[in-house]
Amino acid sequence: MATSVSRVRCETLRTLPEDNVRQILWRFADRCDLQMLVQSAREVARGPVARLVAGGLRSTHEWTEQKATLLEAFDQSGITAVFMDPEQGGYLVGPKNLALALIAFELAWVDAGAATCSLAGCLALAPIHERGTPEQRARYMSLAVPPLPGTDRKPWRGAFCLTEPLPYVGVDTGILSGKLRVAEWDDGKEPLLHLEKRGRFITNMGFANFVTVAVDSADERIKGSCIVLVEEGDPGIFDRGTPTRKLVHQLSSTCDPIFNLTVPASRIIGGYTVKDGTIVPNYSHGEVIEAVFKRTRVTVALMSSAKLLSAVEPIIRYQRGRFRGSEQAKAGMLRYELGLQQRQDALHRLASLWAIGEAGASLGFAAARLYDELDSLEREKNEILDAKGVRRGKSELKFFRDVNQSALELLRQENNSPEKRKAVCYDELKADPLVQFALQDAVANVLCPAAKLWNTGTGANAMREALSLMGGYGITEDCPGFLAYKWMDTQLEATYEGPEAVQRRNLSVTMTSELFLAQFQQWILEMRRIAEHRPGTGACTLATAMQLWLWTYRHLQVATDADGGALYQSARQGVTFPLADALCWLLASRQQTLDLIELETKGPANPVLAEGLEGTLNFFSDLCHIQAARAAGEAGRICAELVFGYNRHPAWDEAGYKGCYRNDELDSLEGLIPGISACATDVVSEDGSHPVKAGPCASCHGLEAFQRLRSKLDGCLTGAQLAKDRAAEAISKVMIPEALDYPR
Amino acid sequence: MSNSFQVVVCASVVPDPLQTLEPVSGPNGPALKNEMMLPAILDPWAAHALYEGANLVKQVAGSSLWLVSMAPKAKLQQVMMTVAQKVPLQLVAVDGPSSGFADAHQTATTLAAAVRTIPGIDLSKLLLFGGWESASRSAGVTLQLVGEELGIVDQFQGVDAITPQTDGSFEVLERIEGARHQVSVCAGPPAVLGWATGSLGEPRNDPQVGMANMRTLMPALQRAMAGTVSSDGLHYANVTTPKQQRQTRIVKDMPTDEVARELVHWITQE
Repeated sequence: MATSVSRVRCETLRTLPEDNVRQILWRFADRCDLQMLVQSAREVARGPVARLVAGGLRSTHEWTEQKATLLEAFDQSGITAVFMDPEQGGYLVGPKNLALALIAFELAWVDAGAATCSLAGCLALAPIHERGTPEQRARYMSLAVPPLPGTDRKPWRGAFCLTEPLPYVGVDTGILSGKLRVAEWDDGKEPLLHLEKRGRFITNMGFANFVTVAVDSADERIKGSCIVLVEEGDPGIFDRGTPTRKLVHQLSSTCDPIFNLTVPASRIIGGYTVKDGTIVPNYSHGEVIEAVFKRTRVTVALMSSAKLLSAVEPIIRYQRGRFRGSEQAKAGMLRYELGLQQRQDALHRLASLWAIGEAGASLGFAAARLYDELDSLEREKNEILDAKGVRRGKSELKFFRDVNQSALELLRQENNSPEKRKAVCYDELKADPLVQFALQDAVANVLCPAAKLWNTGTGANAMREALSLMGGYGITEDCPGFLAYKWMDTQLEATYEGPEAVQRRNLSVTMTSELFLAQFQQWILEMRRIAEHRPGTGACTLATAMQLWLWTYRHLQVATDADGGALYQSARQGVTFPLADALCWLLASRQQTLDLIELETKGPANPVLAEGLEGTLNFFSDLCHIQAARAAGEAGRICAELVFGYNRHPAWDEAGYKGCYRNDELDSLEGLIPGISACATDVVSEDGSHPVKAGPCASCHGLEAFQRLRSKLDGCLTGAQLAKDRAAEAISKVMIPEALDYPR
Repeated sequence: MSNSFQVVVCASVVPDPLQTLEPVSGPNGPALKNEMMLPAILDPWAAHALYEGANLVKQVAGSSLWLVSMAPKAKLQQVMMTVAQKVPLQLVAVDGPSSGFADAHQTATTLAAAVRTIPGIDLSKLLLFGGWESASRSAGVTLQLVGEELGIVDQFQGVDAITPQTDGSFEVLERIEGARHQVSVCAGPPAVLGWATGSLGEPRNDPQVGMANMRTLMPALQRAMAGTVSSDGLHYANVTTPKQQRQTRIVKDMPTDEVARELVHWITQE
């Protein structure tokens, strides 16, 4: 049943959202294994991790014995074994993206360095998992899995070494200075390779037993680049290097290692083939890291969102208790009960950053879930391609041209009502795993960099705001919730696994996929439909903003600047990057709205939620509305800048005068069109004098559609501030625990 | 095994003690504000009993461990996501109230009935474990009543240790007045042991243990029997939270006897 936007909302948020709510929002309400994992990771985070932070262990760069106790805690709580399949000693069946995302979220709730420490081990194993040979998988997974109780074995730890000390500390993952040469190659024997690499900012390097190292060939007998496994104990130099003097994430070990080792060629990840006397790695380092990073970046994104959401409770407690103990605040007085929350600004700002945290978490978990789905589809796709004899690389791209057309056809059919669809064709396409892979891959290729870019970048700004809401207390070590550390850490999360420019570059390519754009078009309709039933969510605002973005994108594809230069092109990052930024705001807000609908749909079936569900839904609707309005504002601003910003402003010159009225012209026109003088803005006198401004107003010829959309978008913001008022009031009333539950 | 035990731990769930626990009057009598929405944990006293029970079962071959718990099913399921990772157990779920204001007699009757329904239960081997007190309201009578319902006359309260003997008997370390312990030897089961804190730490969460427990735990939750506990005939005259008092005084070099005297004086003033 449709609800009215103007409806008075009596019920509001009663308690901070707990696990039942999160499980539905992030779609693991039916996954007991993940629910247990969350509890397990939480116990480690709020126990050992929080105690180390509170104990001042973040004040050293060194990897100490006390810090190393974290690894043991990860092993004992099942965190380490999550990455492995049951046959490798793990306990989770199936894809692990959502599981790893949940672990990252829980650990980062307390300390993102600890989360990084845990995830870096997975990052080392990921190239082996994604592209390793069966022998490599069997060896390293079984070595890295924690021992069963009663067995005396120390699990191996791994590090992933890609980054190098390139000049000016730049990181171009396409160019490698690490080198690989043939050391010995006797007839009929496996070649021995000599590897040289100096790594930089390598996580887990302080204790790693093996490292996955990206290197390029420096020998004509080895083709291209690859990733090689090196082990502590290999002949040569395995120097962990000096600890990086980083100011953040001190609960992870980061060093600048040096490797100069001889290893057998079987250590090339994914294996190799010998062709005409040349070793040809089966996967280049680029192919391996593409498979790895597109999954692991999502977990980094979620670390920032976790921290933002973790800030809510300490801020509320601080705001409420701010004046308690003073002469002017006696028990029972408003000043005593509400403290700073008597003031609207404190509440509005908290509502805004809470909304950003929710949107980021929604986007990140959606990406993680999507990769879980994609993992099995990708396997199926590979089997089909192998059966058809289609090789990877260009052949696969060529093969997928037809598949992509089929996928577009499926989307066209979906736009029709069921009775107008070509049933047979539709059903066939819907059931085609290649079509499904193409569709989901197109979305995943956008969601992953979007989450990484937006959650960390916007999250960092919002964390600064969170700190500011705690006054001077926020920037001290004593601040509950370690907010100052969390804020500083966010800067590194924005850099890990590809800094912001890399993500923007990635997005500027993937968001142009016709398959993605066609689905984006569908999402606009989806938001309108949601808005029809849930008008208070801001879904309609978001739909209009998405429409504006899409119009802008299509316009920029064909428009030129004032000098005739093409606007949307690879080198023009002033166009492509801001447009990518705008898209991220929209995607995060959309996913937040979809999560709300999920809670509304599934929530009533959970008796634990029933008591306060209406209030929770009302509050989350308001957060969605706040975020949709913010996203619309950001997207509108960026789009307007791009659409108008590359046109040259008219000047008071001959060309400019052509668009102006002359005084005498207006006088004569006044007889024909009474009142025209009042409307004319650019009027030039006979003596050449003109209004005091930069030049005649710019013509909007050809941009009328944009102006209409922009104007509509402004109108769509109607009600957004009312939602913020309601959310603010809810925050001032919500019941919070008596104390923060960490350190335990 | 003739000397094996069948350990049944009765434990309910309580709101996380860090939460704001504010008594309110509901349609069925006193309740806690937003109780259903607050995160819950296994009652800490009973949790000690569970860990001790699991340890005993590990020591005495052929023994088994059940956890009998009455709580709203969905709430119980949430709590089990943590508890099931602690020790291997079999759950007997009763879908009923977990409120600290529920009638202890009716609760005991329901729990006793649940114990009787455990397949293969042999009351002659039964060690009924639970908390000496409860974090829900500290009434501390439910476990004794369950024992009475089951006809168990050997009851120990404030237990800190149980040491099984080779002849099937066991030694019990029980807290008594004056901060002292009493050592008793019980000829054998059945017996009721209301645990104080015991001596074991809380086991770490182990998802692998949890995954093993889940195989039987989820079906147990699905077939949870309905607990019939009503508020009829029960009347609470008044419900308040304990007053928080903090009076700090810094005194140097005060003899311990004097400190103790002052404390006793302060307590007896209450």
